[in-house]
Amino acid sequence: MASYDSAGAGPGGTDTAAADTSGTRLLAPDPREAAVLAALHTRLAADAEPAGLLDVAYTVIDSPVGRLILAATDAGLVRVAFEGEGVDTVLQDLSTRISPRILEAPGRLARPAAQLREYFDGTRRSFDLDLDLRLTAGYRRTVVQTLQQIGYGRTSTYAGIAALTGNPGAVRAVGTACGRNPLPLVIPCHRVLRSDGTTGGYRGGPAAKKILLDLEAAA
Amino acid sequence: MKPFEQIVREHGPAVLRVCRAVLGPDAAEDAWSETFLAALGAYPDLPEGANVQAWLVTIAKRKAVDQHRSAARNPLPVNDIPEPPPAAAPADTDGLWTALKTLSVRQREALAYHHLAGLPYAEVAQLLGGSEAACRRSAADGIKKLRTLYEEDRNGIL
Repeated sequence: MASYDSAGAGPGGTDTAAADTSGTRLLAPDPREAAVLAALHTRLAADAEPAGLLDVAYTVIDSPVGRLILAATDAGLVRVAFEGEGVDTVLQDLSTRISPRILEAPGRLARPAAQLREYFDGTRRSFDLDLDLRLTAGYRRTVVQTLQQIGYGRTSTYAGIAALTGNPGAVRAVGTACGRNPLPLVIPCHRVLRSDGTTGGYRGGPAAKKILLDLEAAA
Repeated sequence: MKPFEQIVREHGPAVLRVCRAVLGPDAAEDAWSETFLAALGAYPDLPEGANVQAWLVTIAKRKAVDQHRSAARNPLPVNDIPEPPPAAAPADTDGLWTALKTLSVRQREALAYHHLAGLPYAEVAQLLGGSEAACRRSAADGIKKLRTLYEEDRNGIL
């Protein structure tokens, strides 16, 4: 393995090699390759799960607040991210903080995806999911857990949550904790407003926060 | 460390072409699956900065050896004369395999690891054994034979 330490030491990828001689043109990709690779990817994810090698499964779904990235460990849903955060950035963060054994594997996300669809349809008011809170710790974790007390269609304030955690001076820290909530939507940080009644910031952008508040107010 | 999903997307196509060239279209998909499942297991221990494609090809080579061994234990009848490839041969992998099958395993491997996986001959030699020059010769002989078959085929001789 030691001899493979120098990345890019090869004479170039397949594109270079394919241009090399008429003989290697025969080895050019065939048009069915994309479909074959998609099927092989599905098979890999299916084989990895029972082998205990799929540390993080993810999928990307559509929603009224843009595309959402859902990721789960074997303990439960670990991350909900907005498209604006960047799929690559989110996956790289999960790789660093949890494990690089990450594959797109929608099967493990079927239940959270279905419940989010119901939520956006207005037919679901609370989520019944296993949650993995390993991406939040300390006071932020306390805040995230406290947010779960705010019911559907109701709102609180950063100061109100700070008081609920027994730390009324920590208004700013509550704001940060909401901004870093690893499970937005499912853990309703969108229900926390400023004391002056304005909506305040949101990981998915202020427009997304307003869509969610309007959705819950209308239901 | 990159998410493994990205490794599959970046290197999956090249590894599939290597497996096809070495094992043929039918066995290639099993070899690809075994290669990436084994790679997923070992991935967190891969040293930072390692040449990922060379690492994957090394695993694929082991899987190919396993398949050649099991094929040798359960030999299938083989025609000495290759079947003529279908009319649309150049774009057709089965037709390509018909040509590749006429090469020795060593020629196919040398050709695939260098021309498809992009490994320098020094690394091809480590995988196949023997000298760098011998591997270069094997790949060149393989390419020459393929080119001949390709020309013949284009002229409708094969």
